[in-house]
Amino acid sequence: MSSLGSLRGKRLAAAAAAVSALALVAGCSSGDDSVTGGGKKDGKVTITMGLFGVMGLKETGLLEQYEKENPNVTIKAEIAGDEQTYYTALQTRLAGGKGLKDIQGIEIGRAKEITETQADKFADFSDVSGTDHFLPWKESQISTKDGKVLGLGTDIGPMAVCYRKDYFEKAGLPTDREAVGKLWEGDWSKYVEVGRTFKKDFKGGKVAYMDSSSGLFNAMVYGHPEQYYNEKGDLIYETNPVVKDAWKLSADAAEGGLTAKLRQFQPGWDPGLANGTFATAVCPAWMLSHISEKAGDANKGKWDVARAPKGANWGGSFLGVIEQSPVKEEAKKLVAWLTAPEQQAHIFKEIGNIPSSKTALENPDVKNAKSEYFNNAPIGEIFGAAAQEIPDKQVLGRKDGTIKDTFSQGLALIEQGTKRDEAWDTTTERIEKAVG
Amino acid sequence: MATSTTKALAGEEPPAPPGTAGDGTSGKRRASLLHRLDVKGAPYAFVAPFFVVFAAFSFYPLIYTSWISLHHVELATLDVREWVGLDNYTALWQDERFWNALMNTITIGVISTVPQLLMALGLAHLLNYRMRASLFFRVASLVPYATSVAAAALVFTMIYERDFGMINWALGSIGIDPLDWEAEKWPSQFAISTIVIWRWTGYNALLYLAAMQAIPAERYEAASIDGASRWKQFTNVTVPGIRSTIVFTIVLSTIGATQLFGEPLIFGQGPNGVTGGADNQYQTLGLLLYEEGWKNYQMGRSATVAWAMFLLLVLAFAVQRLIKRLRARSS
Repeated sequence: MSSLGSLRGKRLAAAAAAVSALALVAGCSSGDDSVTGGGKKDGKVTITMGLFGVMGLKETGLLEQYEKENPNVTIKAEIAGDEQTYYTALQTRLAGGKGLKDIQGIEIGRAKEITETQADKFADFSDVSGTDHFLPWKESQISTKDGKVLGLGTDIGPMAVCYRKDYFEKAGLPTDREAVGKLWEGDWSKYVEVGRTFKKDFKGGKVAYMDSSSGLFNAMVYGHPEQYYNEKGDLIYETNPVVKDAWKLSADAAEGGLTAKLRQFQPGWDPGLANGTFATAVCPAWMLSHISEKAGDANKGKWDVARAPKGANWGGSFLGVIEQSPVKEEAKKLVAWLTAPEQQAHIFKEIGNIPSSKTALENPDVKNAKSEYFNNAPIGEIFGAAAQEIPDKQVLGRKDGTIKDTFSQGLALIEQGTKRDEAWDTTTERIEKAVG
Repeated sequence: MATSTTKALAGEEPPAPPGTAGDGTSGKRRASLLHRLDVKGAPYAFVAPFFVVFAAFSFYPLIYTSWISLHHVELATLDVREWVGLDNYTALWQDERFWNALMNTITIGVISTVPQLLMALGLAHLLNYRMRASLFFRVASLVPYATSVAAAALVFTMIYERDFGMINWALGSIGIDPLDWEAEKWPSQFAISTIVIWRWTGYNALLYLAAMQAIPAERYEAASIDGASRWKQFTNVTVPGIRSTIVFTIVLSTIGATQLFGEPLIFGQGPNGVTGGADNQYQTLGLLLYEEGWKNYQMGRSATVAWAMFLLLVLAFAVQRLIKRLRARSS
């Protein structure tokens, strides 16, 4: 390159640098002072929300309704598809104190970490009146030791088993949801046993019995008060018989070729639902909306819901308010309204997320609800009964979410052909690295 | 180096008028002073923005990262730090995940960079011919580069999907068993490489093309008079003529390959993306850094991986310089 050319290049680079520096400075100064994006101006209140997945607040029109009832309030909700991505961003923003929303969704697997490490960054709900309608264990999950309540519950995740009626028929199994529930009543190992029969007797192409072994694993682990941590906060996953039993049975299913080797909520799972490559999925209530959406109209009425062998709670979320929010009181009011019994019942009716409010669970509209998509299954009754079976105490740990993901990957290793002992060693090693 | 430059800048940049201005001394001296300032100071003023940005966004993070890497820090509690000295580095040295990620980075780097640059060279050679709509082809070859990583990776993820992906469907139609592209080591690395190749081939081809057009036409004329075939012209005139550009693209590609991150992350999606597959079969150093920092929230260990990557690049170029010098001496 000639010297003239390089000089021109330098000038260009300098100009570009100057422009970008100016842009940066401008970018910094043009943002408003609020750390959360919300604020008050001329009597108008703007509240920002950060949500993930299908929480049903925006999807069912509740936010619009609130705006209509409170004309001075504008709500801006941002919804991330993937909770892991969402939470990572939330962590980063909490650490940096920037880019937060006034209201932030909190998934159950993160509740403990938030209450232990970020309690001072979230507003306290213990003084908000009219919020004594929640299931007691739900509220205790988001409370700190000194009695601060960092959020209010949205939904919970009682479990059932979603199954393809038409496939069960082709395998010579009963199709009626009562009879199907009876097949595995009381014991998850019977669910796997039915799978062996299914695999042997199914006629009509390549269909796996269940989508993934990790669904079964989660259902088994989450049916017990102590899961990966004990009440003192010590890690017990390596010795907890609950985890070991779940691992053993899930590994049996994986090695026995009963799974479609899919990862839930990852590539392949959605087309698997749409094309019907598996006959059952262990489904918490909130998964129904995902199944009906992804399996689509073509499979309407083919899916049905039966009782799970045992009660368990998988998932469920909270809404918290950032302490520094300039519209803290307004945001708290909005959260209290969004999680009130009527609104939780509304979300349930629209998309099937089971209320975490005791009052809402007793609402006849909830109790008698049926799902048209799932062959008119009485989901209110099935999930309502399942909610009653959830252990009254649910011990959470700081890294529950990470540990759950790592176990799912360990089971995936078995599905890919790794020996189960080796997969167990890899998994526990990874968990040690992740939490240490 | 950057600090000394910025310090020097701060010293050389007094925009306030000199004290003599108020004494009513002659305007001549003042003008010459201004002139001197203009000549001597202006270049510094022009380059200053770059160094300010560099200091804020590269140098400061570099120092901060090295400081963090000597601590045990979690993302949620960044203000609680525990000094651990070089423990993170020794732990990394003994961590098989690091060696696995390093090997994956190298293998993916090789199987994506080598074919990519060769294809780019061929493509540039073709584009260098006189042909119709050459501008269209040149622009078209840049389109993949302009596509975002996320979009490209997502599309490729669907193409390589196990049960309903296009490639397995095509394989099935000619009687080959479907491959589990994501779950197996070499297929997954191959798949990720194709995303990289697809995105960067056109970009490199245009760089080569620009260099090729600077080669004087007389050389080709002379070569063809000597009876050199097109291929001979390519190997004996074109390639030597753009050697410095080739070196430049190799350097760029090496840096890019070391930092490979977006493609495997999106290719795996969700937890599998972060760990580079259930068996870490395509976890690169970039992904390991991300996993430590943003899945395990161990900022200290994450910073250590970042520094290890930096040192690796330095090492790679030191070795390259050494080889060059040895070769120069022996020839």
